[in-house]
Amino acid sequence: MGSIAWSGKDVLSILDFSREDLETLFETADDFLKRPGSVPKTLADRIVATAFFEPSTRTRLSFSTAALKLGAKVIDLSPDVSSVLKGESLSDTIRMLQSYSDLIVMRHPSEGAALLASEVSDVPIVNGGDGSQHHPSQAMLDLYTIRRLKGRVDGLRYAVVGDTRYARTAASFLYGLAKYKPASVYLVSPEGLRMRDEVKNSIRKLGLRTEELDTLEPVLGKVDVIYMNRIQKERFPDPNEYEKVKGSYRITKSLLSGAGDAIVLHPLPRINELAYDVDDLPNAAYMEQARLGVPVRMALLHLVMGGGAR
Amino acid sequence: MSEREKMLVQKISDGTVIDHVSAGRALSVLRLLSDPQDRGVTVALVMNVESSKMGRKDILKVEGVELTDEQIQKLALIAPLASVNIIRSYKVSKKKRAVLPKTITGVLRCTATTCVSVREKDSVPSVFFLVSTLPLVYRCKYCGRDLSEREISGELG
Repeated sequence: MGSIAWSGKDVLSILDFSREDLETLFETADDFLKRPGSVPKTLADRIVATAFFEPSTRTRLSFSTAALKLGAKVIDLSPDVSSVLKGESLSDTIRMLQSYSDLIVMRHPSEGAALLASEVSDVPIVNGGDGSQHHPSQAMLDLYTIRRLKGRVDGLRYAVVGDTRYARTAASFLYGLAKYKPASVYLVSPEGLRMRDEVKNSIRKLGLRTEELDTLEPVLGKVDVIYMNRIQKERFPDPNEYEKVKGSYRITKSLLSGAGDAIVLHPLPRINELAYDVDDLPNAAYMEQARLGVPVRMALLHLVMGGGAR
Repeated sequence: MSEREKMLVQKISDGTVIDHVSAGRALSVLRLLSDPQDRGVTVALVMNVESSKMGRKDILKVEGVELTDEQIQKLALIAPLASVNIIRSYKVSKKKRAVLPKTITGVLRCTATTCVSVREKDSVPSVFFLVSTLPLVYRCKYCGRDLSEREISGELG
């Protein structure tokens, strides 16, 4: 896969980006972190619209912060007080938003919503998560965090823990990881939360080999990165199925005593799968991961809006 | 068609003969023809006859109706090996083969309830791409979910 032309590109899935593209993104984010006083006003006189049809804290706010830092003005569609409540279609909502703004960052509960939006929009669409498969900017910042804290992504051993069935962060992270050469990837989840076949087949076709485990213990001390995921209660078709698996995995300070220098990532929010006593450990990297969301999303907006590599 | 098959039902003067339908699929194919009995159309079904090519197969003869290209496209989804003979004055006037379309729009419905093409079905036609012919698999453009031959027959039949 060759490098893409960044300017004007929709950001729908990390699968649409090559490793070279990701490196361009990461180097641009590095530059913004290194020289905060020299951040260009790439988005001056531009309007960025955020349209989140599902709750969000970090993704929406870090995109808004990134846009503001690049000089943009930000408008926000609140589905709970807009015509979405009256039953307006996604297509009509996006057609309206694209006429008001220069770029749209969106999140939606349905798979393919960002692709549909890109088909009706003349301005770039940045997918802030749709359904249970794609959350490209999260995967980009996950890889960037690993690159910064571990110095590389290649050659490391990874454990992706928790809801690998419905967590789009898990699927997107694995799609991103497939661009690199990890030493090993373990998918750790209880039986009911195992990865769906279509995602498993996709990552296999991308050449990423994984091994499924019931618990983290057998590989603790061997892995370099522990990527935790929350059980996605809102995506279970049957609430009874959620009740069966809730609380079925949890990482605590005492469990991590055998983790060596592995870093623990989590896209957040956490419920009870990640104990608060882990926060004090040097392994805890999830707050740094959330912080790095801003420079990575700045780099993303900068490149998509024609700012060029730095 | 063998002499024995020809004996099972009489020749039609004008219409369509659909041959090489996978055994057991004739009724699904019949439903594709938008309720021919409502329009007084005569239909003959021959089911589960021996076929050197397919082992067993079904055949349909539809009097007075020529299948449209759209119907033939749908037919391919239910009976990928089917051949269509258009009959005029007791003779085969045209032979058409059901060809699986590479992209099919607005015909199939995604089985993923969370797919945007399902949730926004009033404003978004479904789009499926052909992934494999044997076994038959179509993939939803929006969510990536695969539809199997059985699911496709279930939807169309």
